[in-house]
This record gives sequence, C-alpha cells and structure tokens, in this order.
Amino acid sequence: MHRLTIKELSAGLRAKKFSARELTQHFLDRIARLDSRLNAYITVTAEQALAQAQAADAQLARGAGGPLTGVPIAQKDIFCTRGVRTSCGSKMLDSFIAPYDATVVRNLHQTAGATLLGKTNMDEFAMGSSNETSFYGPVKNPWDPSRVPGGSSGGSAAAVAAGLAAAATGTDTGGSIRQPAALTNLTGVKPTYGRVSRYGMIAFASSLDQAGVLARSAADAACLLQTMAGFDPLDSTSVERPVEDYVAQLGAPLDGLRIGLPKEYFSADLEPRLAQCVRQAVDELERLGARLREINLPNVGLSVPAYYVVAPAEASSNLSRYDGVRFGHRAEGAASLEALYKRSRGEGFGAEVQRRIMVGTYVLSHGYYDAYYLKAQRVRRLISEDFRQAFTEVDVIAGPTAPGPAFALGAKTSDPVAMYLNDLYTIAANLAGLPALSVGCGFIAADDTPAAPALPVGLHLIGDHFSEARLLNVAHRYQQVTDWHTRRPAGFE
Amino acid sequence: MEWEAVIGLEVHAQLLTRSKIFSGAPTAYGAEPNTQACAVDLGLPGVLPVMNAAALKMAVMFGLAIDAQIARKSVFARKHYFYPDLPKGYQISQYELPAVARGHLDIEVDGATKRIGITRAHLEEDAGKSLHDAYAGMTGIDLNRAGTPLIEIVSEPDLRSPAEAVAYLKALHQLVVYLGVCDGNMQEGSFRCDANVSVRRTGAAEFGTRTETKNVNSFRYVEKAIAYEIERQIEVLESGGRVVQETRLFDPSSGQTRTMRTKEDANDYRYFPDPDLLPVVCSNDYIEAIRRTLPELPAAKRARFESQYGLSPYDASVLTGEAALADFYERVVAASGAETKLAANWVIGDLLGALNKAGTDISGSPVAADALAGLLKRISDNTISGKIAKEVFEAMFAGEGDADAIIRAKGLVQITDEDAIVAAIEQVIAANPGQLADYRAGKDKLFGFFVGQVMKATRGKANPEAVNRLLRAKLAG
Repeated sequence: MHRLTIKELSAGLRAKKFSARELTQHFLDRIARLDSRLNAYITVTAEQALAQAQAADAQLARGAGGPLTGVPIAQKDIFCTRGVRTSCGSKMLDSFIAPYDATVVRNLHQTAGATLLGKTNMDEFAMGSSNETSFYGPVKNPWDPSRVPGGSSGGSAAAVAAGLAAAATGTDTGGSIRQPAALTNLTGVKPTYGRVSRYGMIAFASSLDQAGVLARSAADAACLLQTMAGFDPLDSTSVERPVEDYVAQLGAPLDGLRIGLPKEYFSADLEPRLAQCVRQAVDELERLGARLREINLPNVGLSVPAYYVVAPAEASSNLSRYDGVRFGHRAEGAASLEALYKRSRGEGFGAEVQRRIMVGTYVLSHGYYDAYYLKAQRVRRLISEDFRQAFTEVDVIAGPTAPGPAFALGAKTSDPVAMYLNDLYTIAANLAGLPALSVGCGFIAADDTPAAPALPVGLHLIGDHFSEARLLNVAHRYQQVTDWHTRRPAGFE
Repeated sequence: MEWEAVIGLEVHAQLLTRSKIFSGAPTAYGAEPNTQACAVDLGLPGVLPVMNAAALKMAVMFGLAIDAQIARKSVFARKHYFYPDLPKGYQISQYELPAVARGHLDIEVDGATKRIGITRAHLEEDAGKSLHDAYAGMTGIDLNRAGTPLIEIVSEPDLRSPAEAVAYLKALHQLVVYLGVCDGNMQEGSFRCDANVSVRRTGAAEFGTRTETKNVNSFRYVEKAIAYEIERQIEVLESGGRVVQETRLFDPSSGQTRTMRTKEDANDYRYFPDPDLLPVVCSNDYIEAIRRTLPELPAAKRARFESQYGLSPYDASVLTGEAALADFYERVVAASGAETKLAANWVIGDLLGALNKAGTDISGSPVAADALAGLLKRISDNTISGKIAKEVFEAMFAGEGDADAIIRAKGLVQITDEDAIVAAIEQVIAANPGQLADYRAGKDKLFGFFVGQVMKATRGKANPEAVNRLLRAKLAG
C-alpha cells in the first residue's frame, strides 16, 4: 500500500480494497519497524491517526470525502497541531503542546480528511541543510543511512522516500523543501510566497518562509498543494487569489514552453556528473516540446550573502519570544530576570540557532542596519528584478537543485559556510518569492570508489509568481517519460 | 541670567476599538487577568498579526483633526526589547513611516493662543502588565492589555512652561475624547503622558540636554513633575553640573522625579519593518470618507456657541468642554425655547453644581435635557419664579418626577392673580402698622421687609414682579 500513489490510495479506499484504518495501521507498522533506522519522526501520533482514519472510513462509507480523505501523511514538526507536541526540532519547544492548529494542518486534516501519522524531524527552527541541528538527533538518508537527507525538512523527506508516509508537508525558507527532495529522489514544491498560509507555522524568517510539499511524484504533490493553497485571513501576507486546478493541468502539453537556462547555474563549477543529469533532464523536456534558451541572472550570485543577512535578522526577531516566561524551556533556579533569559535561551537553543540569532542581532543593530540589512534588501530587489526580466523571455527557469548529492553525516557540521552553500541554487527563489520545485532527475555515484552507492539528484524549476500549476505540469510530464521517481531506496521497498 | 524650559510631550492614547489591534480578542478593561488574551496576544509560536481596520480609521480621524498629513503608506516595524509583559520580545509599532505626521493643536494660556506642533502620531500595540505586588516573591503577568491599540502622539518641543504643557495635554485629551477614539481615562491608563524636559539660557539657540519623565498620569502630576524637573535641572546647571540624558520616573507621593535608567543602559531597539504585516495604504477616497464622518471639533464648537447662542467665551468654553455636555445644552435650548443665557446659567450653575456634588458627570445626570427644558419653560411662562424653580430642580434631581408634576404636587404654581396678591398685601400692611408708619416716615429699607412678609404669606409663590409693583403702590397709600 505504501507504494501506491495518492490517486491510487484514494481509489483503493473508495473501492473498499482497504479501509483507511488498515491503511493507517500499515503505515504505523512500517514506522514502528523502520524509523529507528532513519529517525524521521519526532512524534508518532498513532492514536489520533487511527481515530482520524476511523472518521475517514465513516465518511467514505457515506460516499462523502475528497481526494485526501483517509490518506496518511506526515507534518513537519514546525506546524502547530492542537494537542500534539510541536517542537520545531528544538529543546526550547520540547514541552510545547500546541493549543491550536496551523491553517495548513486544519486544511489537510480537518477539511480534507487526511490522516496525520506524526510530526517529522527537522533542523532546529528550520535552520540547517542537513537535518543535523535537530535536538532530536540527525535524520538519515534512506538511500544511504551514513548520509544526510538534506534539510531542514529532512524528516519529511526521509519519511516519504522510505514509504513511512504517503506524502508530507515541509517548509522552505532557502531551499528546505527542494534540497531534501533532491537528496532523497522526491518531488518537492515551494509555492509562491503568500500562496499557502503561514498561520501556525513556526516562523524562521517571515518574509522567506513558505509551506509546501514533499511527495513521490508531481501528481501526488499537486493533490496536497491543492488543499493547502489559498487565502487565509489570519495571515496578512497570504494572497487573495483563486487557486488554480493543479491536478487538472498536470497533463497539459509542453509545446512552446520556454525554458531558460541561467548561465550562472551552469558554470564550470558545476559538478560534471550532476551537470549531465540536469542537461539530460532539460533535453527530455525539449523532446516534449519545450524550447531551451540560455538566460542571464546577473545578481543571483549575491543570493547567499543577502540571504544570510535577511534570514538571521528576521530569525533573531522571531525567536525573541522564546524567553522561558510563558512556554517552552525555562532554566531552573535563575536568580534574576536577566539570568532567566540568558540561561533559558542558552540552554534551549542549539549552536546553529544561537549563531543565527547573533548574526541577526548584529545586522539589525544601531549603526550596522544600513550597511547590512538595508543593503541586503536592496540586493534582494535586484535579484527580483533579474527574475522579472527573465520571465519576460521564458516561462520556467531550470538548473540543478543542490550542488551535489547527499553528503556524509558530519561532513559539513564544523563549517557553516560550506553548509550554507548547499542552498546556492535554491535561495534566490525565496528572496524573490517565486514558486519552485525539485524533481528527481537521476542518480550519480557518491564518490569514485567502485562500491559507492548511487545517490539521487534533482532538477530545479523556478516559475513566475503563481505559476505552481505550470511547474507541476512540467514535472509531471517529465515523470511520464522517465522513471526516476519510481525508484525506491533499498531496504525500504 | 534667566532660564527657559523646553518641553515636549509624548502621549499614549488607547484607541476605543472593540478588539485588539492585531487580534480578535476584546479590549475591555478590568477583566480577570489573562482572560482577554488569545494565542496572538500571548505570542505563541506560529501566530501572526492582522491589523484591525478600526484602529487605523481612528488614527486617521485624529490626524485629520490636527490638520496633519495622513501617510498614504505607513509601515509597521518591530521594536525589540526583552520584558516579561512583552510576549513576543518586540512591540509592533511604527517607526520610519508613521500613519500621521506634522499636525498641530492650538492651546490657550493666559488669554493668548499658541500653536503647538505635533511631530507625528503612530499606531502601536500596548504591552501587558507586570503585577509586582500580587504574589509574594513573584511577579504576575497579565496580558489582557497586550495588543490594545494605541496612538503615540509626539509633540514638537514647543511648550515652554508647565502651564503650557498642561493646557496642551488638556486640549489633546478633549480632542481624542471628542473624536470618540479614546475614553480619556487617565486612572485606567487609557491616556498616558511622558514628558521630555530640558532647560536653556533664555535666548539660546541650542536645546539643553533633556530628560524623559515616564508615566505621569494626571494633569496635576504632569504640572508637578515638569515643574520639579525644570527646578532640578536649573539647580544642576547653576551649581556647575551637567544634566544627564536619562529616563526618570515621577513619584507622586514625594512630588519628585528620580533616575529610572540612563542612556548607557538604553535598549538598542533594532527596529525593522515587520515582515508579517503589509504596508498600510490609505487612498484619498478612504481619507475623504473619514473626513466626512468627523464630528465638530472643540474649537469650532466653542466659536459657534459664542456666535450662535451669544454666550461669553467662558460659558462657551465650559459648555463645550465635553461633547456630551454641549449636546445636552443644545437639546435644552431647542426643547425649551428658553433664552440661551438662562439655559447656560442653569446648565453650568445648577446642573453641573449638582452633578459635581453627586460625583457624576453629564452622562450620569438624573435630569435629562428634555426635563430641564420643561423646567425652563415654566420659568419663561411665569408659572414659577426663578427661586421656586431651584426648589423644583432639587426635587427633579432627587428623582421626584418632571417639573410640571412637581409643581402640581407641591402646589408651587406662581400666583399671578393681582387681586389675590393685593389681598395678601393688605393683610400684611394691616398686621404691621408700626412698620408702615416708619416706612411712610422715610425708612425706605423697610420695603424689603414687606416683600418678605408678602412672599411668606403666599408661600413664595407670588409673582415677584407683581408683588413689587403692587406693594409699592399700596405702601404709598
């Protein structure tokens, strides 16, 4: 059952080939049996899942329900879930039981009737590209458990890749959906900023954060995104604009589609085997009717430095509320208010989070604000302008998702900058608020040794604002003529 | 050499919205701690602010009332500091682009009018309250107030004396209450004032170093705190010292200010635009629609009362002190058709006096405008005399009914029948032959005695004008 697509699961449920309860139990059994090898889940909500499944069965028996009713999925542990611990991968929130549901959670479970298997592991407060900053320990990549699954949505990626959930939510501030998707052979979608409500999604960098999906195919991703997307009056930055029918447009022909290949993304620095996979993928799209052309994004090279000013600045502000006073970790025996703050935050936050709070505090400080924060915002506008210009010439921009395949656990933990460069290709879409997705486009050997495992890599597609339907359409057509997305990691078939 | 004080005020006025500025929780004062704070007010993980349009509308009303520029685009910014009653670790405020800028308010001090500049007025959220005395050895946090909408109104340093500062503060208070954007309750903290004070040699071009005195929460305290601070700074300077730029706290019990924190431990607020909120855009249409809803403002109403009702500046100023009182007066005049000055005297003298004694204000008056008008009608049509009217008013104030009912019940109808008055006069004259002889011998002062006797005989109900006229004739013989 865990190999079926969401469409097949839904059809199976309706045809009574299996009940939602059986389906949920099947996934819960797999989690119990296999997750010790991955550490993909922080919290498994077995009891609630079975209760939701029972409700779904009742609904299906009445002939009611929608395409997600009874489909078991996982939520990244960044989405507040009523009555369930919502840790954000941090000791700070280890004791935090959310008293309300995020809009994404409400839409998927209350409204659409999907079953919640549990909350997935993640980099602490979504800060990381390897899922190694989690208070709950690193997640392992199902394709090679000695390697990282990417981050920050590493738990969601590992769970879906290993068949421990039909699909999962993620969040993407600089690549946190797309990079793990690339490293685990999934389809990962980061929608346009404002397309999916951020209400109840614990904030990292508010102007960049966007909720999205990790799924085994573009079609599965479309099913989930269809339910997640839409205006939310509780999020002032969500956009009041009708949601396109992503599922209906999946099969549209690609004839005449203009695909831009930025010179900056296909430079000599690009790993040759990765370059070859990406090149073959765009050639495939050309065979499907797309026209390729080289384009320029002259300022995208400034994405990483601009991002590492803006994101920590917002993070330092957003994380101010974790002070040990009302909820979350509180240091014992602090003798003064200042000691309570310092110790609660010093104990509750891990090293990477503390590093970013310090950087963010610094760039917002009096006397530095103009030189860092304002300048970074200007760079951000330049990058947006590059894309605006590019989208007058092309419909979709293609490139690699990550600079390489999954790396070994611990390989980059002592070098933050090397870690940050993992998001080299993905960050620009966040800075410009554009939708983007990663779709598996092949496998390359981890290294030059003969026994090296083959690891997945991803094709990155960026579209203009609100072109999610188009991006999913391109990915789906690609998946109809290729079979990378059907491959499963050994040991998790 | 003489010293001159330079004063600027920062006023926080709580806006009278039903719900908070960024959440749907209610704003009512006095509820059990933490019962009016929702997830957004508590700053729980994942929550987001959504601006209350009513708060913006009130800020725009205020801006229009002080003839200020209404920002076509204003921006909410985050102001960071750690304090237990500030749930998010930052306050959402406005920094570089406030909703309202460059307005002014005219004040009157010693008969002269002075225009005070208002630099800006911006929207922001209030913090919660720390309750330091409620629990032994612990501090309680009440977040009911967290997220209550405020406008912070910053004046130019145009004020030169404690009296000017108080006049400005009173004019501002009157304005926000008139507009209905603030209840003006200073005890409950709905209208709070911080005072920036410096002194310099008279005629100097540069400002001296200023101090900021926090939370002086009555008109009297503002006057005292500023006066104290001016004295203190002059003493420091005259003894060769330097004024330290710092935040001070006023202690009402001693009438003094003391250091709260110096510039060295001032926070770096690290303002930046709040990414959770979009810039606030006000179109011309939006602003003009609000302009059309503005009530008549205090200065205009005062001028109209002088011209339309022929009232003295003093009467007009008292009657327009509060919009409710001005409305009351206008209803009395309209319903009674009485002479405007008579109505003013009754409202200001008798009614306000009685209300004051009863410890209430016009909104709590037991005598409605129509009822007072009913009384004035009976004075105008000579049913009762002004003197009897006071007695009737007291009964009305005590809730004994309307004027006519009381007049009837107590038999207070004025005697205007001249035959009856003559009969009473003749009785009095007959009963006081000695006084009559003295009067006729030239003791004119005894006229008052005879009036008193006649009024006593008629139990005060005789028409005073008729008594005077007829008595004089009878006494003359």
